[in-house]
Amino acid sequence: MKGYKEIIASYADVPGGIIEAYHAVQKELSYLPEEAIFEAAKVFNIPVSEAYGVATFYSMFSVKPRGKNVIRICESAPCHVAGAAEVVAALERELGICMGESTPDGLFALEFTECVGQCQATPVITINGKPYLNVSPAKVPKILAEYK
Amino acid sequence: MAEEMRIVLRNYGKIDPLKIEDYIAQGGYKALEKARSMDREALIEEVKKSKLRGRGGAGFNCGQKWSFAYQAQADQKYVVCNADEGEPGTYKDRLIMENDPHTLIEGMAICAYAIGATKGYIYCRGEYPHLVDVLNTAIKQAKEKGFLDGFDLQVRSGAGAYVCGEETALIESIEGHRGEPRFKPPYPPSEGLWGKPTIVNNVETFANIPVIVEKGADWYASIGVPSYPGTKVFTLTGDINNKTFFEVPTNTTIRELIYKYGGGIPGGKKFKAVQIGGTSGAFIPEELLDTPVAFDNMAAIGATLGSGAVFVLDETRNIVDVVTRIAKFFEHESCGKCAPCREGTARMHEIMSKLNSGKGSAKDIETLSRLGRVMSYSCLCGLGQAAPAPVLTTIQHFKADYNAKLV
Repeated sequence: MKGYKEIIASYADVPGGIIEAYHAVQKELSYLPEEAIFEAAKVFNIPVSEAYGVATFYSMFSVKPRGKNVIRICESAPCHVAGAAEVVAALERELGICMGESTPDGLFALEFTECVGQCQATPVITINGKPYLNVSPAKVPKILAEYK
Repeated sequence: MAEEMRIVLRNYGKIDPLKIEDYIAQGGYKALEKARSMDREALIEEVKKSKLRGRGGAGFNCGQKWSFAYQAQADQKYVVCNADEGEPGTYKDRLIMENDPHTLIEGMAICAYAIGATKGYIYCRGEYPHLVDVLNTAIKQAKEKGFLDGFDLQVRSGAGAYVCGEETALIESIEGHRGEPRFKPPYPPSEGLWGKPTIVNNVETFANIPVIVEKGADWYASIGVPSYPGTKVFTLTGDINNKTFFEVPTNTTIRELIYKYGGGIPGGKKFKAVQIGGTSGAFIPEELLDTPVAFDNMAAIGATLGSGAVFVLDETRNIVDVVTRIAKFFEHESCGKCAPCREGTARMHEIMSKLNSGKGSAKDIETLSRLGRVMSYSCLCGLGQAAPAPVLTTIQHFKADYNAKLV
């Protein structure tokens, strides 16, 4: 596993590359540790407040530790009317956590998201960016098993 | 009745998107060659004459926009593709990029030549990580074939911010900042990315360009409604039999979209409402369904064409519940830069929730209407200006649903 310093350094010459660097750090660590934000500020030569501002502006970035596999549930209108709430309930039940939390074993994080652009087959969830279509409460255990 | 017609999706299912040879075999990159043999002004004039208008939602004449950037004097110009489609219920740009990435690249390269840009970015939403690989592969292939000589094209990822679909917020994001919209003017064609003249067009807009260059402006201008010619890709969601996509000429009516292409409402239920253009679109009642989908025709009924999302609700749906969900969306996605949007979307969600839980009064509906009107002209960018549309249009057309929930 590459360290955050090494990752951020590899984007130093990319104009405006802080967002790409954050994506790369999250791919390894699942979140942006405070030290990584300080490091990014230094590398991109901006105030820490600004580096932190970028990290907290975008909903895909987390400044708090979270589970390795990030499950995001779309709650936009097309998924809402297709029964997203029941999928939320099933995920919470199956993982024993509430939305916005991570499992104690650090395996899963549960988050809401807005539209992920797979509206031909609602409701939709994504795990680490991979979409799962036409999700029903019955399908949830099998989907989660892929990551256990 | 208008028949389906594929321009931007012309290669859908016909080619292997990851093989540039397939694209070339379909006549790909011929338009770029033709464009580069043309005088720049004549090329821009041709695009202008085709009357192609931006498919991202604002509907500005594409050639006109290009001419502003062409005329601007600068040592560096940029071409940017807005691939940040975040309007709920929309996935048309994903379809284009997944199935035919080279048509986008070719369209961007033609634009770059036209305005004199040597650098370009595709800003792809963070929700489409797989597309970043597809686009990078396609760019590499186009480079190897020599199609991108003098044009450096890169892909950048968004990170989950709806507001970045607004072009100046998108530019801020490419620059590595928070995606907050800028004050306009100056507009991007004069001062955009890193302060340089920049053309920002949507994926669907760029995908039209190679065909326009190849077949000519007159051919394109003759398709669909004259004031907004060409085709539009629609994605159908909600209570509709065919939850899929269609590319149709712009003289197609909303009714045709729902009943002819969409196959009507499932389970023998009755139609109640349709929201077009994404979650910021107006809700449209039955009596207005014979409106053509073209930009100005939609504007005339107080609606928008927007992204081309078609979200259908049957008679069993409660409008107030759906709009409350939408109000929550805008509260979450407001970037917070301007007060009317930051405060307005929060209050709008608060009042909608109150109404939805059966605790609201007629006075709340009045307050909502007033708040919505104020937001529509006082918010800084399109997000806040459009956010009240679902609320205002449902109060207008579906008042009974609101009244039924009053204390």
